[in-house]
Amino acid sequence: MLTEKTIQELTAAYRSGETTPTAVAEAYLARIAKLDREVGAYLMVTGEQALEAAAGAAARYRAGAPRSALDGVPVALKDILCTRGVPTTCGSKILESFVPPYDATVVERLRAAGAVLLGKTNMDEFAMGSSTEHSAFKLTRNPWDPARVPGGSSGGSAAAVAGGLAAGALGTDTGGSVRQPAAFCGVVGLKPTYGRVSRYGLVAFGSSLDHIGPLARDVTDAALLLRAIAGADPRDATCLTAPVPDYAAALAQGVRGLRLGLPDEYFIEGMDPEVERAVRTAVDVLRGLGATVERVSLPATPHALATYYVIAPAEASSNLARYDGVKYGLRVAGARDLIEMSSRTRAAGFGAEVKRRIMLGTYVLSAGYYEAYYGRAQRVRTLVRRDFDAAFGRVDLIVAPMTPNVAFKHGEKEDPLSMYLNDVFAVPADMTGLPAISVPCGFSVQGLPIGLQFIGKALDEAGVLRAAYAYEQATPWRARRPSLA
Amino acid sequence: MISREDVVHVARLARLELSDTEMERMREQLNGILGYIDKLKELDVSGVEPTSHAVPLVNVTREDAVVPPFAQDAMLANAPDRVGEFFRVPRIIED
Repeated sequence: MLTEKTIQELTAAYRSGETTPTAVAEAYLARIAKLDREVGAYLMVTGEQALEAAAGAAARYRAGAPRSALDGVPVALKDILCTRGVPTTCGSKILESFVPPYDATVVERLRAAGAVLLGKTNMDEFAMGSSTEHSAFKLTRNPWDPARVPGGSSGGSAAAVAGGLAAGALGTDTGGSVRQPAAFCGVVGLKPTYGRVSRYGLVAFGSSLDHIGPLARDVTDAALLLRAIAGADPRDATCLTAPVPDYAAALAQGVRGLRLGLPDEYFIEGMDPEVERAVRTAVDVLRGLGATVERVSLPATPHALATYYVIAPAEASSNLARYDGVKYGLRVAGARDLIEMSSRTRAAGFGAEVKRRIMLGTYVLSAGYYEAYYGRAQRVRTLVRRDFDAAFGRVDLIVAPMTPNVAFKHGEKEDPLSMYLNDVFAVPADMTGLPAISVPCGFSVQGLPIGLQFIGKALDEAGVLRAAYAYEQATPWRARRPSLA
Repeated sequence: MISREDVVHVARLARLELSDTEMERMREQLNGILGYIDKLKELDVSGVEPTSHAVPLVNVTREDAVVPPFAQDAMLANAPDRVGEFFRVPRIIED
């Protein structure tokens, strides 16, 4: 089936003439029309534009001149990435009517590479959440079990890739939002080093923590997507200028001699024993492939999540101040003055979780509490970073579970704090900016996917990809697909 | 502990109009979350420098060149209310 092919298989089939970008785009659009009512991965499908892009790619293959390793490949975009002329809502009522006048850098680069953009995917409002249940618009279901969440906040992108509704996708990761849904949906999710990918045109949540990264069916596809979007961008001053290597070309080097660190603090009380067993078995596989594994300690880990829930809301409260009803988005009518207009617009436009984080962020930054909360959290952030610096003196990569549990049921985590705790193994890589990947490492007895995480040194995307690839190639997990109607 | 008055004050700073029910729920939930965050107080951070950014970067500059800006119409296209080339908002200054 065309919609089961990996990116690498697709482009090979285009080159050989076995199929065409148009046939594949049509197959994806037909599958979305048939199945996405059930999955709910997309907020908007841009079928006409997709077919137009596919026709362009088809002509290039006919002429023997494809533009890149992504030419003619159908890709979905999380609805937090600005797309020129196509609504970008961030899953929020406050941006329901917003049509960006420009493309995000990553969108511009995908278009330039010839990718066929299928549409915009559902997400937790402003990327705040771990289940995609905080979308103002719709529910997204996990393709492995419709009663369960796909994870979040990039839940629509993960569900689209897992459900065969896109060949690959982009998501964003501020506190695990690419890797956690990848783990829950049984796909590969990569969060690059902070600054490796330009944030221009990514609607801001926590500016020191926001990362864009790919979700894909396998590690090779993730490598191909990353290469297309990474690299210097003068429009993002925090974007790194280091050259972008050919990640896919370096995948097959294996893990022989690689030193892996297994952190004690990532095996905690209350975690699902099936997850722990799958991860420890995966570590044995890596050892069997020639990697050395040693225990390491990252002692600040138990405090990392609390640190995150000070810093991210603080940055969010500042970033989201722009939604005041003046320049774009919702405005509530009938206010007597400017402050009333903003306060009522924000009350009507933001959902409960976004309001909670704005309140929390405003509180921890307010006079009298700044040093006690924000100042202290920034210092603990330094401790988290020092832990990794020390560990990387001894090992090349950290290997760990991605989440403490498998996908939970819709409505199961009503209490905000219990939802937050789900990100406990994800946030350290965001706070340190280190590259990290989640790769499928098995299934629970109930048939739900489990994710294995690798965390590398700054700019060592090649390292985490290479380890994930070696593991993936040695195990059968990627052959399993969810059965949708 | 966050009091009702704290919630009212922070909501005003954040420009969020909250109903009475929302205020009460917010107070309870923020107290729950801040109770968890209080575990940061267990750590000794004296002498530890704060980290504000994952990657240390200073003074990123670019060529001081003129580039074409976005067209004014494109920038105004999303305005909830506008008059000519201006964003229109409720009156701020008294007569």
